[in-house]
Amino acid sequence: MKIGFYPGCSLKGTSSEYAQSTLALAKAFDIDLVEITDWNCCGATAAHNLNHELATALPARVLALAEKDGLKEIVVPCAACYNRLSVTQHELNENQDLKNRVEEILEMPLSGNLEILNVMQFIDRYIAGKIEGKVVKPFNHKVVCYYGCLLVRPHDVLKFDRLEDPQSMDILMKKIGADSMDWGYKTECCGAGFSVSRTDIVGKLSGKIVKDAYDRGAQAIIVACPMCQSNLDMRRPHINSYLKTKIDIPAMYITQAIGLAVGVSREDLGLKKLFVAPTFA
Amino acid sequence: MEKQGYISEIKEHTGINVNRCYQCGKCSAGCAVTDEMDYPPSMVMRMLQTNDDENYKSVLQSESIWLCITCQNCVTRCPMQIDIPRLMDYMREQSLQKKMVSKKAKNIVSFHKSFLDPIRFTGRSYEIGLVAGYKMRTFNLLQDLNVAPSMFMKGKLPILPERIEGRKQIKEIFDKTKKEDK
Repeated sequence: MKIGFYPGCSLKGTSSEYAQSTLALAKAFDIDLVEITDWNCCGATAAHNLNHELATALPARVLALAEKDGLKEIVVPCAACYNRLSVTQHELNENQDLKNRVEEILEMPLSGNLEILNVMQFIDRYIAGKIEGKVVKPFNHKVVCYYGCLLVRPHDVLKFDRLEDPQSMDILMKKIGADSMDWGYKTECCGAGFSVSRTDIVGKLSGKIVKDAYDRGAQAIIVACPMCQSNLDMRRPHINSYLKTKIDIPAMYITQAIGLAVGVSREDLGLKKLFVAPTFA
Repeated sequence: MEKQGYISEIKEHTGINVNRCYQCGKCSAGCAVTDEMDYPPSMVMRMLQTNDDENYKSVLQSESIWLCITCQNCVTRCPMQIDIPRLMDYMREQSLQKKMVSKKAKNIVSFHKSFLDPIRFTGRSYEIGLVAGYKMRTFNLLQDLNVAPSMFMKGKLPILPERIEGRKQIKEIFDKTKKEDK
């Protein structure tokens, strides 16, 4: 069966290592991910902050294209895209008037029964069962798993993992040999889309996250969202200036960590693209 | 007869009944940005409950509605499951349409607009176009100049925008959903 792939804009630019590592991991397990034909931006935070109809129509086009490609399930590594696509499909299925209006705008039909998988759901379904047999280099480091906001909320729509203390990333990290620790900032916000417009807020919110990870002795923060990753990684100078200290724990994608454990090369995982480099890998 | 005010408008457009809030304050307690806000979320709820046009105006002119980062913590913990992030989206739309955007929110609104501009023409987000537009709108010309070269060296800053085939359709989507003047 064909599995669809929606990289989203971040994975084509600022977070290309997330796309690289997701595709490399899939390849290591002989899974072919097929990019949705002519996909567009989901509109992200900007669209739903300014215009609800636009924020529904943009992701709806992506869903319609995926259906047209004959896909039944799509993998969406970016937590923000995953959230927007899932919420849109849910809203359209719940609200017939909105659905009619959007179909009219797009001039495309929508059946509304795509399965939209985030990266953990994809790994769980296709990879997790085979991981332990494939680990060649156990990831024996202390880590904290950072889920952020958009993977787990709103729970009614996403129905993924537990709300306040999710476990899916921790379970996967333990499978590859990591000591995945309990900590206090699993689902606290990093500052998200304020990276450019209110970098001060990102420095503060992400600063608290990095500080707790450091205090608990983590050697890496494991993430699954390009916005979280770039706030925790690229914005480290702002974080360090907020904390008035220098903390150099890397924030790396779960696909990079699992990739390393099953023997994918550093190059194929895009490790060089991290601003705060992991010292152990 | 009950005064027909913005409370019924909100309900009509979002399905949210602001009267259901009983001021427990869990939203404000869990909000990531409460301490930056002029009115914390529970206070916004209370102001809206008054059905008083002056209070509504204060909400639409507040910085709070733009500082809401849509992390969804409030609705997750709300005992009445009131969708405050959706309400904030609606407040932002109203604030824009009625030209009541807080001056303090200029950077945030400029960023959102600059984010959408390239998408309208290419179908995808374009970092360089976004930052250029943002700088033009805010005059923050020097911001992030130090991070751009390393992003470029790491292959994280494509020079050319990605352009999809369905650009005409994207432009139509923008035109058909257009609500406010720039």
